[in-house]
Amino acid sequence: MKGWMGKIRTLSLFGFMAIILSGCGRENLTALVPKGYGAEESFKVILISIAVMTLVFIVVMTIYTYVLIRYRQKKGQENMIPKQTEGNKALEVVWTVIPILLLIIIAVPTLTTTYDLASTEGKEDAINVNVTGNQYWWHFEYQGEEIQTSQDMYIPVGEKIYLTMRSGDVIHSFWVPSISGKMDVNPENDNVMYIEAYEEGVYYGKCAELCGESHSLMDFKIVAVSQEEYDQWVTDMQNVDPEATPESTTAQEGQELFANSCLSCHAIGSSPVAVGPNLTNFGERSKIAGVLPYEKEELVEWILDPESKKPGNKMSNAPYLNDGSIGEEEADKIADYLMQLKPSEITTKSAE
Amino acid sequence: MSNSIAQNRSFGAAMWDYLTTVDHKKIGIMYLVAGGFFFLLGGLEAMAIRWQLIKPENDFVSAGFYNELITMHGTTMIFLAAMPLIFALMNAVVPLQIGARDVAFPFLNSLGFWLFLFGGILLNCSWFLGGAPDAGWTAYAPLSTISPGEGVDFYVLGLQISGAGTLIGGINFLVTIVNMRAPGMTYMRMPLFTWTAFITSTLILFAFPALTVGLFLMMFDRLFGSGFFDASMGGNSVIWEHLFWIFGHPEVYILILPAFGVFSDVFSTFSKKRLFGYTAMVFATVLIGFLGFMVWAHHMFTVGLGPAANSIFAVATMAIAVPTGIKIFNWLFTLWGGNIKINSAMLWALGFIPSFTLGGMTGVMLAAASADYQYHDSYFVVAHFHYVIVGGVVFGIFSGLHYWWPKMFGRILDETLGKITFWTFFVGFHLTFFIQHFLGLMGMPRRYWVYLEDQGLDFGNLISTIGAFFMAIGAIVFLYNVVITSIKGEKAGADPWDGRTLEWSIPSPPPHYNFTQTPLVRGLDPLWIEKSEGRKGMTPAEPLSDIHMPNGSILPFVMSLGLFIAGFGFIYQKYDLAWLSLVFIGMGILLGSMLIRSLKDDLGYHIHKEDLEKEARK
Ligand code: HEC
Ligand SMILES: [Cu+2]
Repeated sequence: MKGWMGKIRTLSLFGFMAIILSGCGRENLTALVPKGYGAEESFKVILISIAVMTLVFIVVMTIYTYVLIRYRQKKGQENMIPKQTEGNKALEVVWTVIPILLLIIIAVPTLTTTYDLASTEGKEDAINVNVTGNQYWWHFEYQGEEIQTSQDMYIPVGEKIYLTMRSGDVIHSFWVPSISGKMDVNPENDNVMYIEAYEEGVYYGKCAELCGESHSLMDFKIVAVSQEEYDQWVTDMQNVDPEATPESTTAQEGQELFANSCLSCHAIGSSPVAVGPNLTNFGERSKIAGVLPYEKEELVEWILDPESKKPGNKMSNAPYLNDGSIGEEEADKIADYLMQLKPSEITTKSAE
Repeated sequence: MSNSIAQNRSFGAAMWDYLTTVDHKKIGIMYLVAGGFFFLLGGLEAMAIRWQLIKPENDFVSAGFYNELITMHGTTMIFLAAMPLIFALMNAVVPLQIGARDVAFPFLNSLGFWLFLFGGILLNCSWFLGGAPDAGWTAYAPLSTISPGEGVDFYVLGLQISGAGTLIGGINFLVTIVNMRAPGMTYMRMPLFTWTAFITSTLILFAFPALTVGLFLMMFDRLFGSGFFDASMGGNSVIWEHLFWIFGHPEVYILILPAFGVFSDVFSTFSKKRLFGYTAMVFATVLIGFLGFMVWAHHMFTVGLGPAANSIFAVATMAIAVPTGIKIFNWLFTLWGGNIKINSAMLWALGFIPSFTLGGMTGVMLAAASADYQYHDSYFVVAHFHYVIVGGVVFGIFSGLHYWWPKMFGRILDETLGKITFWTFFVGFHLTFFIQHFLGLMGMPRRYWVYLEDQGLDFGNLISTIGAFFMAIGAIVFLYNVVITSIKGEKAGADPWDGRTLEWSIPSPPPHYNFTQTPLVRGLDPLWIEKSEGRKGMTPAEPLSDIHMPNGSILPFVMSLGLFIAGFGFIYQKYDLAWLSLVFIGMGILLGSMLIRSLKDDLGYHIHKEDLEKEARK
C-alpha cells in the first residue's frame, strides 16, 4: 500500500512539473500542484477519477466515431431501411455491470479519504486555531496561546493544525487550494478541519462561498514556516506591548490618531474578534486588507476611502470618514504608525 | 386554410385569441416566445458577466451589479428560459404523441403559462425598482435574508408565482399522460419524449413543493420578521440549503430528462431505426428520476454534514452514472447499423453526445466527496453544470425545435442557417466552458466579480470570454433563421422526416382538434408500423363523430394578473402597511375569478361531424 502511494506521489510529482512548466496555475494557489495533506489526498482522488472517466470517454468516442463514419447515409441510399433491432440483452448487461465496477474503483478511495479528512484524532495535542470569517476578512485565534491575528495565519510546516471555524455574519468558505480543499464557515455551528503544509511558503487562501459585494476580495494567506521560526513567532507575538511607543515622531502622532479614530474597530495585541481586523503585526502583512499591494500610498488611500477598494466592506461605516477628522496628512501619519508594527522577526519573507 | 383566416383577422383579435386560448399548441407557442425572450435576456446577462471577466481586476460593472447579474442570469436561465422552453416542447408535442385532442385540463394549462409569465415579469421588475436580487440563484441565507432593498423579495415572490405555474403544468401533464392516451397506446408503447415528459412531471410534483416551502420561510424571514434561517434567533441557515437542493437537484433532472426524450426520438427518426433497448431506456429514465431525489446533499459536501452523510450521498450520486451510461450506449447502438441522416436537428443530438459525456464525467468526479472539497464552488462546478445544462438541455431544446418546428409552424427551418448556428454555438460552448474546469482547479472560486492580477487566471478567462461571443453569434443566427423561415421558409407536409410517431400522422400545423378521428395504436412507433405495412396513415379507432372542445377563457390571465398585483403589495408592505391594499385588490381579483370559474358553467362546444367532413374534402 505504502509503495503504491509512493509511486502515485512520484508520478504526480512529474505531473506537477509538467503543469508548472506549461504555466497551468500559479504556484501556492493552484490545486493542481498540491503542497499539503488535504490537497494531496483530494488530488489523488481527482487523478483516479480522471483516469477512469477518460477511459469511459475514449470508449464512448470510439464507438461514436466509428458509427458516424460507417453508418452515415450514402448517396442514393436515402430510402434504405435498416434492420429494426430491438436491443441486445448481453450488451445491455455489459454496459450496466462494467460502469458499476468502474464506479467502485472511484468510490473506495473516495470514502477512505472522506473519513480520513474528517478525522479529529490527535486534535487535543495539536495546534488549534479558531477561525472567524467576516465580511470580508478572516480572523485567527490561537487557542491557549493568547495570540490573535487577522488575514495572515502562521503555521509550522509538517504539522496538522486544527481549525475550528465559524462565521460572524453570512456563510463563507475557507479554501487554500494548494494546501487543502474547502470547508464552509457557517454562522450557527463550528466546523472543524485540519490543514498541513508540506513546504514553507506563503499560500493563497480564498473565500469560496458568495458572501456579498467583496466576496472576490476576501483573500487571506497561510504562512508556513519552520518549527523553530514558528516557536519564535509565538514568543514574539506573546510579548507584544500594544502600547509601545514608536520611534519616529510622525508614527507617534499616528498612534494617537489611531487610538482616537480606529481603535473602536481595530485591536492591537491579543483581543477577541472585533469589527475590523486585528492589526498587531500589520507591519508584516503581505497585502493590505487581503488584496491590495502592501505600499504606503495604497494604505493611505485605503484609510481615506476604503469603499473604493473593497465595495461594501464594514470599514466604510467608520465615523471618521464622515466627520472629516482624518485628512491626507493624518492618514499618512497613521500609515507610518501601522507600517512599523513589526513585533516579530518572522515574517512572510521567512517563509520564502 | 386556417392561415388565411388568421391573416384576415385584426391584430387585436389575434391578441385576444392568444390571451384566452386553452389550446395546447398555442400555449406551447407562447411558452416558446416567452422562454425565448428570457433566454435572450439571460444571455445578455451572461455576456455582461463574461465581459467583466475578460481581464483581471476589470471594472466594467460594479461589484453589487455583478452580483445582481450572476443571480439573475442563473435564475432566469433555469426558471424562466429552460423550464418554459421544455414546457413549450411538451405542450407542442406530448398530446400529439399520445393521440389526444388536448391536455387533460386545458384551463389549468393556460393558468400555468400565465402564472409563469407574470412571475417572471415580477422578478424582472426588480431591475427597475431599486435593484435585482443579488444573493445568487441559490439565495443562501443569511446573505439573502439580510440583503438590503427589495431585490430578494422580488426573487421570493416572483419564483413563488412562477413556481405555482410550473407545478400546475406538471400535474396537468401527469394526468394527461395517464388518462388521455389513444386506444392501444399502452405505457410501453409511448414515445421516449412522452415518457420523459411523464417522469419530469412526476419530479415537478415532488420537487417544487420543497421550493415552495423554502420560499415561504424566506418570505416570512424577510417580510414578517421571523427567524427560520437566522442563527441569532435560534434558526438555521443550513435548512435553506437543504430545502433548496431537495428541490434543486431534481430540477436538474426535470430539465434534462425531456432533452433525453428529444434525443431518443431524433436519433431513432434520423437513423431510421427503432430505439435500441427501449425498455432499458424507459427504466433508466425512471431510475434517474428516482435517484434524483436521493442525492441533493452532494451540493453540500463542504457544509460540514460529516463523513457519513458525505459518503452516502457520494455513492448515491455515483449510482446515477449507471442509468445515464445505459442511455448513452443505447443511443450509440440506435445509430449503429442505421441509415444516419445528418441535418440540423441531428447535429444538435450528435453534438450532445460528447458534450454531455464530458458533463457526466465531471459529474462523477464531483460526486467523489473528498475531491469535491477542491471543486466545490469553484469554476470547475461552473464548467460542469454548463456542460450538462447547455450541452444537454439547451442542445436538446435546439434539436427539438429543429425537429418539431415543421409540426408547430408548418415550415421547415433553414438547414444552412441551422448548421451555422450549430457550429458556432458548439465551438463557442466548448471554448467558453472547457477551460473553466482548469480555472477552477487553478484556484478561481465561482461568483468572483474580479480575479487578481498575477494569479495565472488571465488567459483562461480571456478564452472563455471569446467563446461566449461565438455562442452569442450562434443564438443570433438562430433568431434570424426563425424570422427568415416564417417569411419564406419551405412549407412542410404532414411527415417531413419520415417520422415514426403519431404527431407525424396529422397535418402540419395540426387543426386545433388535432385528430379528426382518434388513431388506433398497434405498437411502438405506431406510424412507422402503418407505413411499413404499406398504409398511408393511422387506422382510426372510432367512427367520424362530433368532437367536444373546451372554450377559451380570459380567467387564467386575470388570475395571474391578480397574483402579480398582490406580489407588489406583499413586498412593499414592509415599508408601509398601506401597500396591503394591493394585496387585497390582487387577491380579490384572484378569488373573484376563481368564484366565476366555479359558478359559471362552461361546457365547451362541439365541432360537428359535417364540418369535419367538409374540412377533410378540402
Ligand atoms: C467601523 C469600524 C472601523 C473603523 C472605525 C476603522 N476600521 Fe479599518 N477596517 C474595518 C474593517 C471591517 C476592515 C476589514 C475590511 C475588509 O477587508 O473587508 C478594516 C480593515 C482595515 C485595514 C486592513 C487590515 C489588514 O489586515 O489588512 C487597515 C489597515 C485599516 N482597516 C485601518 C484603519 C484605520 C487606520 C482606521 C482609523 C483611521 C480604521 N481602520 C478605522 C473596520 C474599521
Ligand atoms: Cu466570504
